[in-house]
Parts: sequence; structure tokens; C-alpha cells
Amino acid sequence: MNGARVIAAGLSGLVFGFGLALSGMLDPARVRGFLDVFGAWDPSLAFVLGGAVATASLGVWLSRRLPRPAFDERFHLPTSRTIDGRLIGGAAIFGVGWGMAGLCPGPAVASIALGVPATLLFLAAMLAGMAFYDRAEIRLFRRRSPLHG
Amino acid sequence: MTLEPYWPSLFGGIAIGLAAALMMTLNGRVAGVSGILSGLWRRTDAGVAVNAAFAAGLVLGPALYALVFGRLPEIHVVASAPVLVIAGLLVGYGVRMGSGCTSGHGVVGLARLSPRSMAAVATFLATAVATVAVMRLAGAS
Repeated sequence: MNGARVIAAGLSGLVFGFGLALSGMLDPARVRGFLDVFGAWDPSLAFVLGGAVATASLGVWLSRRLPRPAFDERFHLPTSRTIDGRLIGGAAIFGVGWGMAGLCPGPAVASIALGVPATLLFLAAMLAGMAFYDRAEIRLFRRRSPLHG
Repeated sequence: MTLEPYWPSLFGGIAIGLAAALMMTLNGRVAGVSGILSGLWRRTDAGVAVNAAFAAGLVLGPALYALVFGRLPEIHVVASAPVLVIAGLLVGYGVRMGSGCTSGHGVVGLARLSPRSMAAVATFLATAVATVAVMRLAGAS
């Protein structure tokens, strides 16, 4: 069923990217306008997040009534409920970068289609930051435990 | 206040949520962009082909928008090149350290009522709002 999974993932990505383009999330100026709570606040992204979470909730509701996903033997969903320093620290660092540029990973990737050099520069730096963390984490886990990495 | 200017935002959001619902019900996975991207170089159980297909679809999404509406989405980048590079490094490092971004924690995590995602969203919204406020005060934006 891997072929079906690949097609499903491609379809999900396509709808996701279309939604980003329609919603205005691709525009860093609008994203920063939404984050500019103490200035000229633009509430439009609250509608994006509200619409997205409400619709995704229907998907969650449906998936909880399915014995398994359509194209896989089981669900692969995170089960951890631990709120630790890594989660909060990572989210805090992400938020600072998001506020600085008005870009987060989804729009940074979807914007490739627009060929704007500024978002491509951001994307390159973002991928470097991701790879840097993943490499550092692998080294850390190797030191701590031979079971990881 | 009229709601009309917000229709595209709402329908765009619904499309994003639909994409997450498709990923969840068809493949049983979280449509989290940072996790999927990192799956292009890390070994994950989803497989590189599935992650690459999502990423390719994501890039084609704005092209589909252009096909439907006859114009590309408008974007304005005000940040300078050094700011973009520093911001990109922070975003990339932070989403891997925090195990998710606006999609994985923000859309899917909140829809799943995950306490981790609620904490992450509250944190990154707070630091993003604070960063914009500080940059405004410093005259940097």
C-alpha cells in the first residue's frame, strides 16, 4: 500500500499548500501583522487557525472511529504528554524566528513555487538550522546511550 | 466590522485542516511540516517517498492556487537578508528541538487536544508576539 500512501501524502501536501496560498499565510507581512498585537493588529490569521483546527478536529474525530487508517495497518501518532524544557525551549526559539521573519516551515516550503529570493534564503537557513539540531541531537544521544543514534 | 475580508482566510484555514484530516485518516500520521521535512534526511518509519510526496504537494499548492484564481498569491518580505538568515536558523533549530511547528503543534496538536502542543503553541505565540513588539519598539520593522 506504499503507493497509495505516497499519493495520499502528495494530495495532503497539495491541499495544504493551496490552503496556505488562499489564506494569506504565505505573506510574511500579514503573518507579522497578526503577531503585531500591540500595533496594527491584523486578525485574519485567527480565522486561518480557527478554520484549520476545527476542520482537523473533524479528521481526529473520524480517525478515532476508524479501526485503522485507510492505507496503513495502524495509526502513527505521538503519545508523549510530557511538557519538558526541550519542548518549551524549542517552541520559544521557533517563536522568536517566526516573529522576526513572519515565516514558518509550511509557508517557507510552499513559497518555493513563487521564486522569491528572500523566502528561498530563509528556507536555506531554516533547513540548515533543522539539520544542525538533528546532528547535535544524534551526537548527544550517542554519548548518553548506545541504544539511540 | 464586516467579515467579508476574512473569507479567504477562513476557507484557506479549512483547506489546511482538510489536508491534516486527509493525512490522519488515510495515512494515520500527523501533517506536521517540520517533522515531514526532517524525514527527508532522517530515517523515519513513514519512508522518504511519503515525506517527499507531501513536500512536493506543498510546493505545488500555490501553483494550483494560481491555476484556479489566475494570479499568484501576493507576498511582501520586509526583513533584510541577515535577519532572514538568523530567523531561518532559529526557526529550523527551534522546530526540531520543540518537535513541531505551526502545523504539527498548531493545527494537528490542538485538534488532538495534546497538552504538549497546547504548551508549545502558547509558548511560540508568546515569543513571536514579544519579538514583533520588541522589533517595533527598536524601530527594526
